[in-house]
Amino acid sequence: MSRLALSDEILLTIDQPARYIGGELNMVKKDPASVDIRFAMCFPDVYEIGMSHLGIQILYDMFNRRSDVYCERVYSPWPDLSRIMKVKQIPLFALESQDPIKDFDFLGFTIQYEMCYTNILQILDLSQIPLHASERGDDMPIVIGGGPCTYNPEPIAEFFDLFYIGEGEISYDALFALYKQCRQEGLSRADFLRRAAQIPGIYVPSMYEVTYGEDGCLSSFTPRYDDIPAKVEKQLVMDMSQAPYPQKPLVPFLKATQDRVVLEIQRGCIRGCRFCQAGMIYRPTREKDIEQLKTYAYEMLKSTGHEEISLSSLSSSDYSQLEELVNFLIDNFHDKGVNISLPSLRIDAFSLDVMGKVQDIKKSSLTFAPEAGSQRMRDVINKGLTKDIILEGAGQAFEGGWQKVKLYFMLGLPTETTEDMQAIAELANDIAVRYYEIPKEQRNGKCQITISTSFFVPKPFTPLQWAPMCTVDEYLGKAKIVNEAVKNQLNRKSIRYNWHEADVTVLEGVFARGDRRIAAAIERAYEKGALFDAWSEYFDNDRWLEAFDETGIDIGFYTLRQRDLSELFPWDFIDAGVTKEFLQREWKKACEQTVTPNCRMRCSGCGARKYGGGVCFEDQN
Amino acid sequence: MKIRIKFAKSGNMKFIGHLDTMRYFQKAMRRADIDIAYSTGFSPHQIMSFAAPLGVGITSDGEYLDIEVHSSRSTAESVNALNQAMVEGFRVLDYRQLPDQSKTAMSIVSCADYTLTYREGYETDLSIGQLAEVIHSFYEVPEKIEVVKQTKKSEKIIDLKQLVYDFKVVEAEGKPAFYLKVSTGSTDNTKPELVMEHFYNYLGLELADFTFQTHRHDVYTGSKENGFLSLNDMGEVLV
Repeated sequence: MSRLALSDEILLTIDQPARYIGGELNMVKKDPASVDIRFAMCFPDVYEIGMSHLGIQILYDMFNRRSDVYCERVYSPWPDLSRIMKVKQIPLFALESQDPIKDFDFLGFTIQYEMCYTNILQILDLSQIPLHASERGDDMPIVIGGGPCTYNPEPIAEFFDLFYIGEGEISYDALFALYKQCRQEGLSRADFLRRAAQIPGIYVPSMYEVTYGEDGCLSSFTPRYDDIPAKVEKQLVMDMSQAPYPQKPLVPFLKATQDRVVLEIQRGCIRGCRFCQAGMIYRPTREKDIEQLKTYAYEMLKSTGHEEISLSSLSSSDYSQLEELVNFLIDNFHDKGVNISLPSLRIDAFSLDVMGKVQDIKKSSLTFAPEAGSQRMRDVINKGLTKDIILEGAGQAFEGGWQKVKLYFMLGLPTETTEDMQAIAELANDIAVRYYEIPKEQRNGKCQITISTSFFVPKPFTPLQWAPMCTVDEYLGKAKIVNEAVKNQLNRKSIRYNWHEADVTVLEGVFARGDRRIAAAIERAYEKGALFDAWSEYFDNDRWLEAFDETGIDIGFYTLRQRDLSELFPWDFIDAGVTKEFLQREWKKACEQTVTPNCRMRCSGCGARKYGGGVCFEDQN
Repeated sequence: MKIRIKFAKSGNMKFIGHLDTMRYFQKAMRRADIDIAYSTGFSPHQIMSFAAPLGVGITSDGEYLDIEVHSSRSTAESVNALNQAMVEGFRVLDYRQLPDQSKTAMSIVSCADYTLTYREGYETDLSIGQLAEVIHSFYEVPEKIEVVKQTKKSEKIIDLKQLVYDFKVVEAEGKPAFYLKVSTGSTDNTKPELVMEHFYNYLGLELADFTFQTHRHDVYTGSKENGFLSLNDMGEVLV
């Protein structure tokens, strides 16, 4: 039996002790003394969320294939344990070896959403690692960040030694080789970081000098040394069939959010929705080989014993061999009690047929994400879905026996008018009308239409990155307009409406497009007790407002301004593939309500073609 | 056909709760290619039931789950296949066929036996001999041991004498430990820690939380009058 970092007394006092003991199926065991590099991989949220993340499973598997690296995991201790560890000064530990994180060579964070920033500070704090990179000595782990939020790493830059920009499969070998070499040569932390900054995709914040103008905007962002690149290039996998993929993923004892085999079928999206960061930063769209996917599906179900398999991609309907793949899964696994879950599918005859086979129609609901209520607004955001397509899909589904529909929208999009908001309720009503066109004896009671709205947050590297946001009160006013409009619909009794919290949205907006100065407010909020901000039961907006106030940061500066086309953005030093010229063109087209065709219809010259593969070169070999 | 599986839960796996242990075994059945039967309907689930849920923090050498299968390999092959699918801390000990008309383990459990050892730092000053004497006067001599049991809603008087079938001090790694055989099941479930709490009170002591590491040996059916039978002995080995 392996030793645990926490005593029985602690483990039997806290909620869900299984979060902290490791020992899960397919966990990698190595002798830490036999490796050169110990890597602690962290998802800064609770275990059940972190264990559901595909990216960590990929990197965990990839790193551990190397005999000289031992990659272990760490997640955010829940507040009950966090308090105990803080009081008793118990250093945070990795699940595999139960050894303190502070003794590792690397501590890597995957940063998936902005509201986890205080959890990053908690991990550092409990690990007894100084929060600021500048205060870390040679004996401390190199703290590294990756994931979507690092496409603007500036608000958290001072907490990190380096960031990895792009897909993790590419540059880690070079980074590890450099680390081993620097260790052998007895070089300092600073020397290692200086050299690491020259590896493609690696951004070392301390190697860059930042200045601000009188208007408060960034005025310059320059390397401190001649050998440091001015631009950091996004890394991405161009040979998807050679990329490593875990065939024996970890299987937690606790029910994770993602308690199933996850089969990634492609990366990127051809659609070009103007609000969507993933649709821009993962360009170009790259498909995986179907025969390989079939093998993976078999191997992963076998090695995990999961009773469900799910396809993962930004838009599964655009995978060119979807039909063959889905039929393969149904034919081979459905009879063996394996559920097949198909998220992000366009509703059409094929998907309805498939869903009818694998789901209980009476219980399941159809999901549409029109994102905006009016066609005008959908043209602004380049969301190709039209009312006719939605009504056609819903109609087919209703005739096939479905009666529940979920609709997702955003409020606060640029150029939005009252009519655009009211159109959300009208669209829901039109769907209900379509349902009640079915003769009474053929339908199954009432239909249930659920509208959910979130508030739009402009993200870096999207065409809408110049757009202004609103105040909390303005957002709530928008939700009220939709709510009133729902009440005025003929079929209001079949429609339910939920909207997200507006105060979290404003903070997300600050973090998404903030600069290095924001770090002070994040640190202050953490000192005031902010933690698990992504959890509504722990989020306290007043604490955050105080933190911004005390650090002299004006939230409105980051959210309410319409940014000038010439403004230098804190994230402009990253080359994410899509060019600023393309994004500006798209921003202008958004304001003119002009749509852009998807990548398969016509190339829009976004810049991602330079990677030499994916959808840009389809049908050209 | 009906199968009864006996397994051990040890080490760090004592922190895995009952529901998670069930989910763990559902996945293990698939990995081990057990030809388990599923319920019908749109979300079919494996036909599987556990004998007596084990509390978090307790280890065991005698846990049981009953399943239904369409076909089966031999006991030895099945035990081996399941153990290939186990993680450290879970070990399958036996796999036996039950008569078709058997009731589920859960409905026939009547008793379980345990050893409680002292956790480091919680040891008693009393010797094994002294403890044996106190057990004699606390447990063996009286006709009745009436104690108040707190339930969620009320409190009631129960007679430990009727619920504790055996209670003795034993030696474990040179230190005193306690062996207890107590009533188990849906009606008269008795936790061994509860007996120890009253025993400590009898000694004039307060039982601190976490004093004992509890280990379950086996689970039985039957009665004190007619004798207890290990759940494992109700099945036949498949050859």
